[in-house]
Amino acid sequence: MTPPTAQDTSAGELPLQQLDRVVIRFAGDSGDGMQVTGNQFTRTSALFGNDLATLPDFPAEIRAPVGTRPGVSGFQLQFSSSDIHTPGDQPDVLVAMNPAALMVNIGALKKGGIVIVNTDAFKATDLKKAKCDTNPLEDGTLDGFRVIEVGINSRVTEALADSPLSNKDKQRCKNFYTLGLMYWVYSRPLEPTLEWLEEKFKGKDDLIAANQIALRAGFNAGDIRELFQGQYEVPKATLQPGTYRNVMGNQALAIGLVAGARLAGLKLVYCSYPITPASSVLEFLAGYKNHGVVTIQSEDEIAAICSAIGASFAGTLGMTGTSGPGMALKGEAMGLAISTELPLVIVDVQRAGPSTGMPTKVEQSDLLSSIFGRNGDAPMPVVAISKPSDAFELSIEACRIAVQYMTPVILLSDNFIANGAEPWSLPDLDSLEPFPVQFTEEKTEDFQSFGRDEKLARPWVKPGTPGMEFRIGGLEKAPSSNISYDPDNHQAMTDMRHQKVRNVADSIPTPEVDGAESGDLLVLGWGSTVGILRQAVDNARAKGQSVSRIHLTHVWPLPHGLDEIFSRFKSVLVPEMNVAQMTYLLRGELPDHDYIPFNKVTGQPFLVTEVEAEIKRVLDETAGA
Amino acid sequence: MTDTAQPALTKKDFASDQEVRWCPGCGDYAILNALQKHMAESGADPAKTVFVSGIGCSSRFPYYMNTYGFHTIHGRAPAVATGVKVANPDLDVWIVTGDGDSLSIGGNHLAHILRRNLDVNILMFNNEIYGLTKGQYSPTSPVGTKKKSTPMGSIDRPFEPAQFAVGAQATFVARTIDQDQKHMSKILKAAAAHKGTSFIEILQNCVIFNKDFYATTVEKKVRPERTVDLAAGEPMIYGAERDKGLRFNGFTVERCAADEADVWRPDTPSHAPAVLIAGMRDDPEMPVPVGIMRSVEAPIYETGVNAQVDDAIATKGAGDLKDLVYDGEIWSVD
Repeated sequence: MTPPTAQDTSAGELPLQQLDRVVIRFAGDSGDGMQVTGNQFTRTSALFGNDLATLPDFPAEIRAPVGTRPGVSGFQLQFSSSDIHTPGDQPDVLVAMNPAALMVNIGALKKGGIVIVNTDAFKATDLKKAKCDTNPLEDGTLDGFRVIEVGINSRVTEALADSPLSNKDKQRCKNFYTLGLMYWVYSRPLEPTLEWLEEKFKGKDDLIAANQIALRAGFNAGDIRELFQGQYEVPKATLQPGTYRNVMGNQALAIGLVAGARLAGLKLVYCSYPITPASSVLEFLAGYKNHGVVTIQSEDEIAAICSAIGASFAGTLGMTGTSGPGMALKGEAMGLAISTELPLVIVDVQRAGPSTGMPTKVEQSDLLSSIFGRNGDAPMPVVAISKPSDAFELSIEACRIAVQYMTPVILLSDNFIANGAEPWSLPDLDSLEPFPVQFTEEKTEDFQSFGRDEKLARPWVKPGTPGMEFRIGGLEKAPSSNISYDPDNHQAMTDMRHQKVRNVADSIPTPEVDGAESGDLLVLGWGSTVGILRQAVDNARAKGQSVSRIHLTHVWPLPHGLDEIFSRFKSVLVPEMNVAQMTYLLRGELPDHDYIPFNKVTGQPFLVTEVEAEIKRVLDETAGA
Repeated sequence: MTDTAQPALTKKDFASDQEVRWCPGCGDYAILNALQKHMAESGADPAKTVFVSGIGCSSRFPYYMNTYGFHTIHGRAPAVATGVKVANPDLDVWIVTGDGDSLSIGGNHLAHILRRNLDVNILMFNNEIYGLTKGQYSPTSPVGTKKKSTPMGSIDRPFEPAQFAVGAQATFVARTIDQDQKHMSKILKAAAAHKGTSFIEILQNCVIFNKDFYATTVEKKVRPERTVDLAAGEPMIYGAERDKGLRFNGFTVERCAADEADVWRPDTPSHAPAVLIAGMRDDPEMPVPVGIMRSVEAPIYETGVNAQVDDAIATKGAGDLKDLVYDGEIWSVD
C-alpha cells in the first residue's frame, strides 16, 4: 500500500491532514541560503521526532552568477513517521526561489506535486538570466502541478519595514520567511530555529530580530493568507528505542577518528589539504583540540599524507583525508606507508571524476584505485562507510585495522554521506572495545624490525626508545629493515605484505543476508547506496519477488563466506555509482557466480524506482531464459 | 643491549653497521664523518635523534647513522619530518637532502617547512647535478650545463639556494664545504644550537658526474681568495692576506679594502642583506659567501601547534569522547 502523500490531499478540505512521509526540495540561488533553510528544517524535524534523510545538492562554485541555472543550490529532505532509508526519489514539494531554480528542479517534482514560487523573482531580467524565453509561470510548464505563488521579496520588505537593516540585508532574510511558511504547512515548531538564530548571530541583535521576524511572518502568512487549503502533519516516527542526535557524515566520521585513536591509546595527528567534499573533516577535527587532537593544514596533498606518515613513524596515529584528485596525488606516499608497514588512516570522500570531475556530486568510482591504484604490488585494506550513522563505527574500524595489522587503511566515504544528515542512534561508549597499541620497547634475542606476529603484523618501535634504533624506508628491506635487493627476499616480502592484508578478513564478520537465505536474486551493495537498495529490495519483496540483499562494509579484503552465500542465489545484481568496479572485483575474486552490473554515474544517487525496475527486469529475464 | 645512558659516546657509536656505498672519493663521506663527529661531541642521544631523507645519493645518509632513520620518497623529507616533529617535539630531527630533492621535486615542501620554522636541521648537499640517475643537470646547475639530457646546454636559470631559503623566511641559512671539516663542524654546531629550521647548503663534490665543479671557487687552493666566511659581528674580510673586504652600497655589494669592510649582521630585520650577499655567487669577480648568511628568531611551528592543544585543554577541559558524541540536540525514544 502506498502511503498517502501531499498531492493526494490537493483538494485540501481538511484543516489538518496526517501524512506518513513528505519529500521537500528547497531550491534557490547559491547565495539564497537554501542549505541553511534545509538544515534548519532537518533539525527541527529531527527534534520533533521524525525519521529523516537529506540530500544537499549544491554547485561547486561558491557564488555562480546570480539567477543562472549553474548557480542553483538545492537541499532535499524526506521526513517521515515511519522508518525511511533515502532522501526520497521525487519531491512532493518544490520551493523555487527564482526561475533558474524552478527550471532546474521542476522535472524531478512528483506529478501533481506542490510548487511554491517566489513570484517577485520572475521579472523579465530574472527570466533572461535563467535563459527562459517565456515565463514558466504562464507558459504551461507548471500544468499538472499545484502552484502556490508568493511574492516573497515584497512580503519580506513589508515584514521588515521597521528593521534598521539595509534593503539588501533585509532581502537576505528571504530564506527564513520561506522556512516559516514551510513550518506552517507541515506544523513544525518555530522555537528550535528562533533559538538557533540567537546563537548564530550572537551580538548582532538586528540580524537576529530581522530573521526571527521573517520566520514568523512566513509562518503567519500560511495561516492568514489562505495560500494553502490546509496544514499537514507528519507524526513522530517510531524509531528504535535509544538516544538520538542528527548528524552529518563528515562529522560522524571525524568523531569516529577521535574515538579510534582513543581506543588505540594514541594521539591523533590529522594532516590534510582542503578539498571538496573532505574539508569539513579537517575543520571538525581542528575544533576537537581539547580532545588531544593535533591537526596540520598541509601545503599540498602529498605533504599531508607524508606528515601523517611521519606522525605514525613517531608513534602517534597519523591520518589524512581527501577526495579523488587528492588520492591520485597521495599514491606514491601510500606505497611508502605500505612498504614501511606503518599504521595510517586515509579518508577518501569520493566525488565524481575523472580529474576535477564534479566536485560536489556523488560517485563511487575510487573503489578499484583504492584497492589497486599504486605502483608495484601495494595491497591495502579498504573500508567503506555507507551512511552518516555508521561513519562513527567504521572510522573506528579503520583505526583498528591500521594498528592491529600495521598497515595504511583507506576509509571510503562519498559526497552523499559527507553532507547528508540523518538521526544517529548514539552508541553506548562503554561498549566500545579498546585495541590498545603495545609499542616494542625491549630488544629480544630474535628481534627484527620486520619480524611478524601471528597476524603477520610487524612490531612498532617508537623513536625515542633507547637501544632500539633502526632505519626504514621505501627501498625493499630484509626483515632486519636493512636494504635488500635479494630476489628471494623481495618475493618473500611481497608475499608477506599481500598475505598480511588478506589476513584482515579473519577479523571481520561475514555480512548478513537481508531477506531469504536463498532465492532468485541477491542485490549486493557497498557504500552510500545502502538505503536506496534496502528500500528497493523491501518494495520488490512486498511484490512477492524472490530478492535478498547483502551489504559490504569491508571492500578489501572481501569478508569470508561470500562464495557460499552467492552460491545460494541464481544471480547477483550489483548496483553501483561507477562503471561496474565492484562487479569487476567480484568476477576476479569469486568467479563462479553470475554478476549483473547496474551502473549510474550522473552525479546523483540511484532512485529507488530505478533499482526496483532493474530488479524486475533481471527477474523477468532469468525467468524467461 | 646498548646502554645509552652513558654520556661518553664516540663518533663510532653513531655509525651504523651498514656498509657505506657512495662512490670512492664522494664528498658525502666527509659530511658523514663531520656529522658523526658532531653527534658525539654535542652529546647527542641516538635514541632521540632522527634522520629523515628524501631520494638521491645524499638521501642514503640515514642508513649510515646509528640513530632512528627514515629514508622517505623523493622531495618529501620536510613533509615527513613535519609529522615526526609535531608528533614528538622532543626528538632531534635532521633532514638530509640534495639539490634535486629539495629544490626541484621537493621545492614546495622546502619552502613551507622554512616558513613554518620547525625546529629541525636541513642539510642540503649541493653538487649541482643529479647523481643517482647518472648525471643530468639540476636546478642549481649553471646555465649552459652540458649533460646527457642537455647536450646543447641547459637553458633554465639556477636557483641560488640561500636566496630561495631566505625568500621563504628561513630563520637560519648557512653554507659550508665538504672539503673543510673545521668549517663544517662550526656550522653544524651553530645550526644545532639554532631554535627553528636551520638550512645548511653543503657544497659537495660528485666525483663521477660533476667532478670538481667548485674548482675555481671553494676548492682548497683557491678558497682564501675566492670565498668569504661570514660570521655575525665580524667584518666581511677575505683573501690569503686578509686584505680584501666587502661593503654594501645601496642594493649592491662591492669590494673594498679590508679596513673599509662592513660588519656582517645575519640578524637584520630585513632579509635584503642576505639576498644581496647570496647573489654574489653569480658574479665571478666576487667571492663566494660561506658561513652564516641568516640567523634570526621566530616562533616555532610544532611549539605553536602543541600549545594550541594545551590551551584548548586548559580552557575547555580535557575532552571526553562523550562530549563529542552526545553533542548538540539529543532526544530519546523509549
